[in-house]
Amino acid sequence: MTIIEVDGLVKRYGDHTVVNGVSFAVEQGEIFGILGPNGAGKTTTVECVEGLRARDGGTIRVCGIDPRDDSGELRHLLGAQLQAGELPDKLKVGEAMELYSSFYRRPADWRELIATLRLTDKLDTQFRRLSGGQKQRLSIALALVGAPRVAVLDELTTGLDPQARRDAWDLIEGVRDRGVTILLVTHFMEEAERLCDRLAVIDSGRVVALDTPAGLVSRVEHGQRIRFRPSAPLDPAVLSALPEVTAVERAGGQLVVSGRGTCCSP
Amino acid sequence: MSALLRLTTTETKLFFREPMIVFFTLAFSPILLVILGAIPAMREPAEEFGGARMISVYVPIIVAMTLSMFALNSLPQLLALYREKGVLRRMRTTPVKPGVLLGAQLLMSTVLSAVATLALLAIGRLAFGVALPRHLPGYVVGYLLGTLAMFAIGLLVASLAPTGKSAVAMGTVVFFPTVFFAGLWVPRDKMPDILRTISDFTPLGAGVQSWQDATAGQWPQLLHLAVMLGWTLVAGGLAARYFRWE
Repeated sequence: MTIIEVDGLVKRYGDHTVVNGVSFAVEQGEIFGILGPNGAGKTTTVECVEGLRARDGGTIRVCGIDPRDDSGELRHLLGAQLQAGELPDKLKVGEAMELYSSFYRRPADWRELIATLRLTDKLDTQFRRLSGGQKQRLSIALALVGAPRVAVLDELTTGLDPQARRDAWDLIEGVRDRGVTILLVTHFMEEAERLCDRLAVIDSGRVVALDTPAGLVSRVEHGQRIRFRPSAPLDPAVLSALPEVTAVERAGGQLVVSGRGTCCSP
Repeated sequence: MSALLRLTTTETKLFFREPMIVFFTLAFSPILLVILGAIPAMREPAEEFGGARMISVYVPIIVAMTLSMFALNSLPQLLALYREKGVLRRMRTTPVKPGVLLGAQLLMSTVLSAVATLALLAIGRLAFGVALPRHLPGYVVGYLLGTLAMFAIGLLVASLAPTGKSAVAMGTVVFFPTVFFAGLWVPRDKMPDILRTISDFTPLGAGVQSWQDATAGQWPQLLHLAVMLGWTLVAGGLAARYFRWE
C-alpha cells in the first residue's frame, strides 16, 4: 500500500525553483531515503510533505491526506523530526514528553519511548544541558510520541559522532519494526545503504535516480575515481587492499584510486 | 487537561526559571512602591495634587509600569526567542497549532500581571493607607482594556523583531516613552497641558487616568477607554498581519 505519494512537486522561492518536478511513492513499512548534496532541495521536499511549506505545483498525499488541508488530521498521523527545531532552554526532558504527548489523541507510552532512547536518567535534565546526541534522541522521541504511521527524519545523524550515528541507525530500524513508515533525509551514502529499502537521489531539485541502494551502486558501471597528492609517503598496497578499490595508479607525485560503491565517498 | 492549560502551566514553570524576568516583572514594582512610600514627603497631602498624597498618585503609575514590563519586556522576548530557536516551528508539526502557545503566553502574562497588580493595591492599602478602587467595575474594565492594549503592542514588537535580542532592544525603546506618558517621572497632574494631551492618547496615559478615575469612584472617561481600545485594534491588527511562526 502506498502511504506517501509525491507527484510533480514544484517549489519556488521567488525566481529560484528549488524543487522542480519531484515524484516518488513510499510503501507502507518502508524506510525510504532522500539522498543528495546540500542545497539539492531535500529538506524543502520533505517540508512540503509535512505541510510546513506550501507547494507551488504537483500533488502530495500522505495516508490519503493532502498536507495543504489545514484540518490537523495529518499531524496525528505524521511525526516530524526537524533539522532545526528546538525546545525552550529550560524545559526538562520529562516535561517536554508529557507536554507533547498531551497534544495527541492516542499518544505512545512516552516513558517506554524514553527508555528505548536511553534518556530515562535525563528526565529531570533541562534541554540546554543535553549533549548533541541526547538532543537528537529527544527529537526522535518527540517525533514518535504521537504514535504516528509515518515518521520524517531530516538529517538525523548529521553532527553525531560515529558511535552515536550507529546507535541512531539501530533505533531507526527499531522504529520501522514497530510498523512505522520512515522518510529519511540524508547526505551520507553509507547511511542510505545501511538503512533504506529504496531511495531517491535528488540533485538541483530533480530526482536523478530512484532505486534500491544495491541497484544504485551497481548502476555505476565504471566506478569512481579520485586523484590526490599524498601529504606523506603512502604505500599503494594499503589502498588496493580495500575491497571496493579496483585499481591504484601512480601519476607523477599523484595517486589515482578507482573503485566501486562508497570507496570514494566521504 | 486541554492543550492550552497544559501549555500555560508549562510556560509558567519556565517563566519562574528565569530569575531576571521574574525579578523585573513581579518583584521590582512592589519594591519600588515600598521605597517611594518610605519617603515621608510622599505620604503628606500635597497642594499640587489637590490635597491628594503623592503615594496614591503613584500606585496606578506603578501598576502601569508592571504591565509594561510584562507586555514590552517578557512577552516579546520569549516569543521572538521561541521563533528564533524553532520552538514555534517544532509545534507546527504537532496537532496543536502554535497559536495555542501564543494564547498560553498571553493567558500567563494576564494572570501574573493581575496578581502583581493586586499585590500593589494590597501593599498600597495596608502599608500606606491608599484607598482601593471605589468603582470596581470601572477599574476592572479600564484594567482589562489597558492589558489588552499593552499586550497587543507587545505582540507587535514580537512580530517585527527578528531575534530575541532585538525584541529586547525594541521593547525597551517602546517601554520608556510608554511609562513616561503614564507619568513615571512626571505624574499626569503635573504635566504641561500639551504633554498631558499627548498622554491622553497613549495606551498607559489613558490607562493611568482611567484607573485614577475609577479609584476616585467614577466611571473612566469614554475618551480613555476608546484610546485603549483603539491601540488594541491597531497594534493587534498589525501584529496579526506581520506575525511569523519562523
